[in-house]
Amino acid sequence: MTDAPEPVVITAADVQHLAGLARIALSPEEIDHLAGELTSIVDSVARVREVATPDVPATSHPVALVNVLRPDVPGAVLTQEQVLSGAPDASEGRFRVPAILGEEQ
Amino acid sequence: MAAQSEIVRWSAARLAESLAAGEVSSVEATQAHLDRIGDVEADVHAYLHIAGERALARAAEVDRLRAAGEAPSALAGVPVAIKDVLCTSDMPSTAGSRILEGWVPPYDATPVARLRAAGLVPLGKTNMDEFAMGSSTEHSAFGPSRNPWDLARIPGGSGGGSAAAVAAFEATVALGSDTGGSIRQPAAVTGTVGVKPTYGGVSRFGAIALASSLDQVGPVSRSVLDAALVHDVIGGHDPNDATSLDETWPSFADAAREGAASGSLAGLKVGVVHQLDGSGFQAGVRQRFGEALKRMAEAGAEIVEVQAPHFEYALAAYYLILPAEASSNLAKYDAVRFGLRVDPGGSTVEQVTALSREAGFGAEVKRRVILGTYALSAGYYDAYYGSAQQVRTLVQRDFDQCFAQADVLVSPAAPTTAFRLGEKIDDPLAMYLNDITTIPANLAGVPGLGMPIGLAPEDGLPVGLQVMAPLREDARLYRVGATLEAILEREWGGPLLAQAPALGGAADRGERIRTTPGTAPAPGYGTEPDGGTL
Repeated sequence: MTDAPEPVVITAADVQHLAGLARIALSPEEIDHLAGELTSIVDSVARVREVATPDVPATSHPVALVNVLRPDVPGAVLTQEQVLSGAPDASEGRFRVPAILGEEQ
Repeated sequence: MAAQSEIVRWSAARLAESLAAGEVSSVEATQAHLDRIGDVEADVHAYLHIAGERALARAAEVDRLRAAGEAPSALAGVPVAIKDVLCTSDMPSTAGSRILEGWVPPYDATPVARLRAAGLVPLGKTNMDEFAMGSSTEHSAFGPSRNPWDLARIPGGSGGGSAAAVAAFEATVALGSDTGGSIRQPAAVTGTVGVKPTYGGVSRFGAIALASSLDQVGPVSRSVLDAALVHDVIGGHDPNDATSLDETWPSFADAAREGAASGSLAGLKVGVVHQLDGSGFQAGVRQRFGEALKRMAEAGAEIVEVQAPHFEYALAAYYLILPAEASSNLAKYDAVRFGLRVDPGGSTVEQVTALSREAGFGAEVKRRVILGTYALSAGYYDAYYGSAQQVRTLVQRDFDQCFAQADVLVSPAAPTTAFRLGEKIDDPLAMYLNDITTIPANLAGVPGLGMPIGLAPEDGLPVGLQVMAPLREDARLYRVGATLEAILEREWGGPLLAQAPALGGAADRGERIRTTPGTAPAPGYGTEPDGGTL
């Protein structure tokens, strides 16, 4: 067992910051609600630290495979039309996006 | 020709025999299922999209191939339902999310392509919790599915649509995906069978990713043999999935047939995981679980108790690993390449992305993506994601020790029978507990099977057993599962689903859904504005 975990509090400001990182706009009500929910969820899952001692290696995949390669030849690829078929907006064979930079940038 | 009401109750194995013998055509079988869907779908809501005419056209094609002596496989002509998490080039694939509403992918997922190549007939796409995040289908953006045993209750999740479809005889077999129990838990609460194969046993190419180190595609059915037959079709190496295992698998159908025929479990060591033995679970679940162990012992199995001390940390590790991976996987929904775009005009692409994700994601998806973003943040990564990955090692070691003492491990497949719609929707932590017995297998990658073992005396609802085997030993699940199934069905005098209440009230109320020809179902029963018939 490592250090006794300190109780975690996720504030509305934390949620606002995380939502920005995750690119999800949230209403003030959603932010307040999530702050409470995430605090209780994180409080519950933080117990993984109780048994994660330094001598235990991490596992990222259940069945570890290394160097999964294929011959370096062109494979089956989608056509440009197929690639653009689900795009919200496209023009001249390309994805069309709103402005990249805002006025202040 | 057999009556529609009869054909829809047949197993895939039985239907395949009749198709081969020319007693029934695929068009007749497909039409029987579309009629059944029309009768009960307004009540069950298992489907997000119904293939209708397209399914009949494919069935006719398969019938022609068969007539020419070119039936592509033993299951050619058998109708199948496909979880909406799998990409289909001819049907919308939404993963239960508004952000993908109406999106038709430019390609088929490998398991879908293999079903098609084997001549199975896709009937439609089944409902699910949004991006497979949930245990009840209540997090579907398109409304919940309902449990055919009691329409006021959940069919499990996330693959509740596939489980409800086979339980309500709206499909012969179905495909699901299992990240923490999404095949096995719905099987448990609907009295059906579902298998999560060994990680890497079935390709995930074209499966809309939730948590890539946990996701696995598998079969959903009403019998162990049917699950094995489907697994034989969809499994095996796929160079398009870098996690796909490049090895030769035995016939799982042969394993199931052997198990059913032998009737004996002599020499088999069955480990009861002390940490999942059901203390604290619903009384009727515990009772049926105890009885199933007794039946296995009577059939010659040796029952041993095994210890997996770190399983109690599995749920916590899972709810760090899954959100972390989901937050990364779901970053692709950027309102640029596909999916919903909300553009009020005059905004930057970054603002449009955020607004689109606000509108397109439901509450549970937002919760988990933000939780995952937190777990991966600088300063917290080691404490949360890193520790969870260490727990994963400890869970794998526990499995290794258990399998040193037992050939298979068993537990209840879910802690309770089906709960009421709405009962846990406002309490995420209570909802997460539904997968407490199924999550360890995903963390370790081992295969698991869910199958019915009776009805809980207190509520008359199905109880499921989970059987787990070591990595790559999926055949063991089918052998053991089929033996136990045969013993139980002799005791019950038939399949458990024969005891399910009759559906069809919707048809009586005049709410029959038109599935063919080409007429749209009532609004709300498809992801498409036209109801999604064609």
